[in-house]
Amino acid sequence: MPLLRIEGVAKSFGNFRAVDTFSLDIRAGEFFALLGPSGCGKTTLLRMLAGFETPDEGRILLGGNDIAHVLPHERPVNMMFQNYALFPHLSVRDNIAFGLRRAGMPRAEIATRVAEMVALVRLEGMEKRKPDQLSGGQRQRVALARSLARRPQVLLLDEPLAALDKKLRESTQGELMELQRRLGMTFIIVTHDQEEAMTMAGRIGVMDAGRLVQVATPRNLYEAPATRWIAGFVGDINLFDGQVIASGHSRLTVSTAEAGTLTVSELWPPVTKNVVSVAIRPEKVKLSRRAPANGEGDAQTINRLDGVVADVNYLGGVTTYKVRLESGAILRASMANTARLDVDAYLAGQRVVAWFTADDCLVLEQ
Amino acid sequence: MSARRIFARPARFAAIAPYVWMVLFFLVPFGFVLKISLSQTAIAQPPYTPVFDVAEGRAALAAAFAQLSFDNFRLLLSDNLYILSYLRSLVVAVSATLILLVIGYPIAYGMARLPRRWQGVAMMLVIVPFWTSFLIRIYAWINILQHDGLLNQILLALHIVSAPLVWLSTDSAMYLGIVYSYLPFMILPLYATLSRMDASLLEAANDLGASPLKAFWLVTFPLSLPGVGAGALLCFIPIVGEFVIPDLLAGSGSLMIGQTLWLEFFTNKDWPVASAAAVALLLLLVPPLVLYDRLQRRQLAGRN
Repeated sequence: MPLLRIEGVAKSFGNFRAVDTFSLDIRAGEFFALLGPSGCGKTTLLRMLAGFETPDEGRILLGGNDIAHVLPHERPVNMMFQNYALFPHLSVRDNIAFGLRRAGMPRAEIATRVAEMVALVRLEGMEKRKPDQLSGGQRQRVALARSLARRPQVLLLDEPLAALDKKLRESTQGELMELQRRLGMTFIIVTHDQEEAMTMAGRIGVMDAGRLVQVATPRNLYEAPATRWIAGFVGDINLFDGQVIASGHSRLTVSTAEAGTLTVSELWPPVTKNVVSVAIRPEKVKLSRRAPANGEGDAQTINRLDGVVADVNYLGGVTTYKVRLESGAILRASMANTARLDVDAYLAGQRVVAWFTADDCLVLEQ
Repeated sequence: MSARRIFARPARFAAIAPYVWMVLFFLVPFGFVLKISLSQTAIAQPPYTPVFDVAEGRAALAAAFAQLSFDNFRLLLSDNLYILSYLRSLVVAVSATLILLVIGYPIAYGMARLPRRWQGVAMMLVIVPFWTSFLIRIYAWINILQHDGLLNQILLALHIVSAPLVWLSTDSAMYLGIVYSYLPFMILPLYATLSRMDASLLEAANDLGASPLKAFWLVTFPLSLPGVGAGALLCFIPIVGEFVIPDLLAGSGSLMIGQTLWLEFFTNKDWPVASAAAVALLLLLVPPLVLYDRLQRRQLAGRN
């Protein structure tokens, strides 16, 4: 039995179906991310878990008990709010102690727990400050300490890092992961930032238009997206529409208008339709001045495309290229800048061969 | 020279304007009142001495100055008519402000929780009585409360009472009039604070185990205290000096300081004593104002 089971939950606002028959199991001790574009229903789902919204249909089982209609102040679940929602009239200490006092914890125990929480988020010496006397990063940590203080069975985090700048966000991601591991708590985070979800979460649930479209580990989500939409939403990808013209030996031959005939490895489950898209991530496309030599792979499984470099973007760690293929379509490629001197860089206007193996391609049904 | 200086000028004027206003329309008239309060009554025009006449030269001015005395203030302390009026004013103002708070807070809270599009309508309903003259509205209350007025007619028709009750010229009528007249001044600042409140704070309180009622007392109410203070002060200060409502609706038994002032000024033509009473009233109102200012400053300091 999973710690949290969401069973056919649905919620509408007027005619708008915000969450549509949503089912998901979350295990104890998991760091789970709900990822989706804004308006996909992820926040509504989180608010139903916290009790601020009541589902129209379905059940939410926490440790086997249906909590779908339990009031928020009676749930063993806590939430960290996107805007932190710190009580402006209370000090850091009183903010953290708020939930403990409501639980009727004895005074001495509250003091110990608050001190423990303050140390956990490294806010020693700030106990008497009011939220307005803290920096953004400190406020974020108070909010975290406050939501952790009651040791909830599940901690819900609504875009917890959205208000922080990039550098602080990256270091806080690491701290959150470390904290979750140390406490062994179950975290459910809602985010629209795929990098954030991939960095922190053990599993990611991707939502679109109120539905859960894929649940996978970060790696599987990226390397084996279930649909064309997910492939495009998570990371960058080249997509070529075409038709399967031959199959066999776990290889498919796809004829595309934009990139000619491509050989791709068939994934599990096998495609059932003839009309497909071939997807290839930019970093898996290699560029060379000549066709790859024989030693670089079986000729059967390498796709070669001739083109001209149309655009070069140097981004520091990587350089991205846009290659105009003979059909006029653009193929995006990115290469790590592994050497300081640019002996290998290509220039706009240069003729190149772009190539990638059959195993690096994906076939997605349209 | 620089653009900065050009822009600084209107800004500087805007900063000075309130002080100019205060000096012209508060400090200078207050100086006159203070001077009169230190003079003696006289059957003359104006009805007090000495009168400063700049044309008579510096010596005469100094002599006039020497005639000023604190006799009128001593009189205020010795005659318990004044002390009783002050006390009554304070008691009425404090009680009325408390009643206003108890009635106004739930109304403001309800308004702040209405759907956005209804809030404007609710606001209009609160303000709409201002479109009718204040005096006419108080006279309307006399009509309602008098012996054969609307209230007694309704009570008789419903057989709640068998004979008309006395409403007019009682303290209840006065409190009714005051609460009715000042309610918008209590509601509006409260509504302004409550409608600005971040709804996620209440959700956070709920999430941390506070029932909705607890969340109200622990979060909403403390955060609305600036509004409570502003509303209370907006009502308390004018009620202390209120003249029309007690004069028209209350009995003639005991007077509020505003009525005493009026009597001294118009009936007894004793301008100096009336002025002394006015100055004393102002001094009486300064401590609560300073206290309120301190509290608000401390709150602001905590925020920044």
